[in-house]
Amino acid sequence: MPEFAPDPMTLAILLPLFGAIAAFLAPRAAPLIGLGAVGAMAAAIAAVGHAVAQAGTVTVPLGGWGAPLGIELRADGLALAMLGLTALIALAVGLGALSAFAGEAPADGQPMPRQRAFFWPLCLLLLTGMNGVYLSADLFNLYVMLEVISLAAVGLAVLGGTVAALRAGLAYMYASLLGALMVLLGVGFVYLQTGRLDFAGLAGAQGSPALSAAFALMLVGLALKAALFPLHFWLPEAHANATAPASALLSALVVKAGLYILLRLAEAGPFPGEAILTLLGVLGTGAVLWGGVQALRAERLKLLVAWSTVAQIGLIFVALARAGTEGLSDSWRAAALLILAHAVAKAGMFLAAGRIKDVIGHDRISELDRSAVRPALAQLAFALAAISLIGLPPSLGFIGKWSLMEGAMGAGNWHWIAVTMAGTLLSVAYFSRALTGFLRFDRVRAPLDEHRGWALADAPPVVLAGLAVGLGLAAGPILAVLDLGRPFGVTP
Amino acid sequence: MTEATIYGLAGLAVFGLGLMGVLGAADRLRRLVALNLCAGGAAMVLVASSWRPPPAAPDPVPHALVITGIVVMVSATAVALALIRRLYSLETDTDA
Repeated sequence: MPEFAPDPMTLAILLPLFGAIAAFLAPRAAPLIGLGAVGAMAAAIAAVGHAVAQAGTVTVPLGGWGAPLGIELRADGLALAMLGLTALIALAVGLGALSAFAGEAPADGQPMPRQRAFFWPLCLLLLTGMNGVYLSADLFNLYVMLEVISLAAVGLAVLGGTVAALRAGLAYMYASLLGALMVLLGVGFVYLQTGRLDFAGLAGAQGSPALSAAFALMLVGLALKAALFPLHFWLPEAHANATAPASALLSALVVKAGLYILLRLAEAGPFPGEAILTLLGVLGTGAVLWGGVQALRAERLKLLVAWSTVAQIGLIFVALARAGTEGLSDSWRAAALLILAHAVAKAGMFLAAGRIKDVIGHDRISELDRSAVRPALAQLAFALAAISLIGLPPSLGFIGKWSLMEGAMGAGNWHWIAVTMAGTLLSVAYFSRALTGFLRFDRVRAPLDEHRGWALADAPPVVLAGLAVGLGLAAGPILAVLDLGRPFGVTP
Repeated sequence: MTEATIYGLAGLAVFGLGLMGVLGAADRLRRLVALNLCAGGAAMVLVASSWRPPPAAPDPVPHALVITGIVVMVSATAVALALIRRLYSLETDTDA
């Protein structure tokens, strides 16, 4: 049946794509086009949300060609939650970018007008890829969207144009390409084993050693892209050296693409067994500990925040492994909650760290308390985001950690609880390093500077960090949205 | 051992050689070439495995995967080369 009304799922992918092209062609109007495109995308996502709330799962065969031959877009509660998250973060980061890229040339790197002109096309291209990943229902489409994301992400990582950012960006690019090639090879093997690439076809596939090997190959590639310890080596430098809005997008969204695909694979495929799942948990443990220790040692604020991303990603893998394959149909919910919590809090935290760096002029942690100016609102945002990342009630991070531990207790896996506790203690320790710097002004010899008034730039980080804490109170509705269409086939 | 198996194994070997280069080489350009080698190996495996004995036609879907993979790799290589050039010029500027 032909339909002439544009489908909201297709629009959610196409609007940012067209926006990216338009913003590239008209660099002067880029911020306006960018915010407009993000706003229109948010409206399309709201329409998708309406459809999902009505029907549970919505499918659109593109151009009338359905699976297994054509490409299908599919949205359920999990996809909807991720779409909404992406729109929220894109709006906030976009508003933050307005002021972050205002002003004149920095001491080194690209001149500001160039950064401002290129930020929007890259950001919109990234959103195209992210939305594409969430809505894809077949493996190959996922691979293509992953590549769209990684090209845009590398562009964002090197936007500042400094030597350090370029070096880190190139290392990121190599890691990302290698991961993508592994995914491609894995996808090819899966096709040769099963003759299908769509998730619905995979669900009926018989498990076999060859299929497990193909999945393992994809897992390694995705772990490289999601920066799972010990494949995280590219992340801290790339995220810490990017400009603040870019860091926020990279840390909050890009690494989540790999995690999201892992969740989808766990849902669809004959998942490669208890051993692999435990291995993911063990590597996640490594990430929690190693990321925590490195964050304790970091000398710069943004590097600390980047290392905390490594640790938090590890925690999400632990959440996936918490109750073994038996409880996988519940574990994904804890993992999804932690993904949402981390994304909102980390976007706010990176924007706040960027503001602090802009106002004080540097982000060396040991000298934060010697500054004569206090970027009070940015520091408040940083502290609120830290509350959610540490997991204090009532934050969204608390709900995620709680549901992780609940599942682990139910399955009698006390070791995962110990890991979560250790990670929480480490995060308290490393965030305190920054927070004490905010609080202690007694070492300032010079008189304190005058209060400089509130800036609009402080609003996005404060709103995001506030949401990271406040959304914990809305955990019920969020869980209800996640369960729309029963992504993992189990009623809670 | 059929011809397809030989090609497939050779493809895996090429992928492995590329992997060694990506992980082991210090030079940026060398690592990029090694990544392209990986891509070539992966493509070879997929093309070889879609081969069927003559009366039957080869399976076209892996071919489509390979073509997309090539397109992705070409554009990614272009971006990486641009980055390497930029980095090179920045580094020679600061050293001079």
